[in-house]
Amino acid sequence: MTVTLTGSAARAVPSQGTAPRPRPRRRVAPYLFVLPALLLFAVFKLYPIGRSFVISLHKTVGGTERFVGADNYVRLLHDPLFWTALKNTAVILVVQVPVMLALATGLAVALNSTLLRGRAVFRLGFFLPMVTGLVAYGIIFSVLLNKDYGLVNWVLGLAGLDSVPWLTDPLWAKVSLGLALTWHYTGYNAVILLARLQSVPAELYDAAAVDGAGAWTSFRHVTLPGLRPALLLTTVLSTIGTLQIFDEPFVLTGGGPDNATLTIGVYLYQNAFKYFDFGYASAIAYALAVLIGILGVIQFRFLGEKS
Amino acid sequence: MTAARHRGRSILLTSGLAIALAAVLIPFYWLVVAATHSSREIFDSPPPLLPGGHLGANLNTLQDTAQFGRVVLNSLLIAVVYTVCAGAVCALAGYGFAKYRFRGREALFALLMLGLVIPAQVTLVPLFQMMAELHWLNTYQAVIMPNLALPFGIFLMRQSMAALPDELLDSGRMDGCGELRLFWKVVLPPMKPALAALAIFLFLYQWNDFVWPLIVLRDSASYTVPVALASLQGLDETDYGAILAGTAAAAIPMALVFLALQRHFVSGLLAGAVKE
Repeated sequence: MTVTLTGSAARAVPSQGTAPRPRPRRRVAPYLFVLPALLLFAVFKLYPIGRSFVISLHKTVGGTERFVGADNYVRLLHDPLFWTALKNTAVILVVQVPVMLALATGLAVALNSTLLRGRAVFRLGFFLPMVTGLVAYGIIFSVLLNKDYGLVNWVLGLAGLDSVPWLTDPLWAKVSLGLALTWHYTGYNAVILLARLQSVPAELYDAAAVDGAGAWTSFRHVTLPGLRPALLLTTVLSTIGTLQIFDEPFVLTGGGPDNATLTIGVYLYQNAFKYFDFGYASAIAYALAVLIGILGVIQFRFLGEKS
Repeated sequence: MTAARHRGRSILLTSGLAIALAAVLIPFYWLVVAATHSSREIFDSPPPLLPGGHLGANLNTLQDTAQFGRVVLNSLLIAVVYTVCAGAVCALAGYGFAKYRFRGREALFALLMLGLVIPAQVTLVPLFQMMAELHWLNTYQAVIMPNLALPFGIFLMRQSMAALPDELLDSGRMDGCGELRLFWKVVLPPMKPALAALAIFLFLYQWNDFVWPLIVLRDSASYTVPVALASLQGLDETDYGAILAGTAAAAIPMALVFLALQRHFVSGLLAGAVKE
């Protein structure tokens, strides 16, 4: 964004040497500006983070809290359901995120192409799913993918294919979850990548063309390197989002069937607000936070250093 | 490349992307169609592909089973108050961090940005207990307060405010403007596009938020739209006609508002997102 300076403002630029010392009022001012945010953050984020750790060392028995040390964490390590949730989350991370980011990259390149007509319409259309709330699209997909009456199976039937147990079979439920996530987030990631792509100098493509590079070569050697910072950003954001994933499985499958779509987020919610086992839920939350921290650091190292 | 080949490729690319876009938009179209049919018709074979005449009845059912009018008002009120208050907090903080040098600036900002990577789930349980202790369960403030200092919003505002020329601020000060008046009279007016983007983001975020309202709103009269819809889906006799009518009523106005304002939104978000 640019701001045009008016004549008087342009003239008022003080030279370095004559800049007045800040008056006391101005030394207080910055703290006043950031104070509301810091105060709210301390009360509603930092304090709960600390308290969560204390809770994770306790067990709620008949309404009273009893200190149990690391018991909840030990239980976590031996809890098959936790490992199932972790595995499910990892599968989404390893399969869905790369597929989605590859699609988003392709989409961004297509949207950036001068060959494309009506680019504005496409940009807008692909971004629209992002505006839809998670609950809304969870409900839409759960009906569309209904085994017996859903539109998708009806269309498959027209093509002479058997109906697919989208939400009731453990494997297909995972596929459905992946489809819903891809539908929701691909356009969003594409828009981030597209913005980055537009700042890649056209001369680089011209130079590649002069050197006789084909479409694939110039994509590999000009487009991808140019996209690296945005790819890092989208990868990290998608990883954090995936590890915390809750709404989609909660609405789409409730974590089922047979815990096939149970994620860490859903498992945490169940323990906290279905079984009211706050101590154990807090231990799960901390395990999750540690995981996100580790993966975040790895990704920054891996993707960040090469650029 | 010859003109004919160029044209051929252009048509190929455009039509290929058009097919992909149609696939993406089908759920929206189907939502509109389904919202106007009864639960039985939705699961007919073949399924309805054109709008029917059942929308009014669906909305009536929704009103009867979930007090949907009340629920929409809850959502609207919460989202509007949240947008205004969180917008103010984020704009003030973003300006403070972007345009002043003060002791501890980097550390305090880094602390706030920690909120971007700490999963929200870590704070769910203690926040819920806090709300219970404050007797805030089932209240609007329980939904609104905890997320007012939204790290992403502060980040976005700092990025946008940094683009404001210092000369503009200095000239305001020379004219004898106090710091707060400077913020109001000099800083905010040119920030309108960025503020619009922030406002759309905050409104959408709050309007669609699910987990936190689900936890603190335990009485159906205080539900927001996503919580009410999810609760209807959990019933034994799920009336999908009614649920989908409610989903359409919640999603389509948002999509239209977004379409109208998307210029600001996308450019504003990206100003923050892709800076190195």
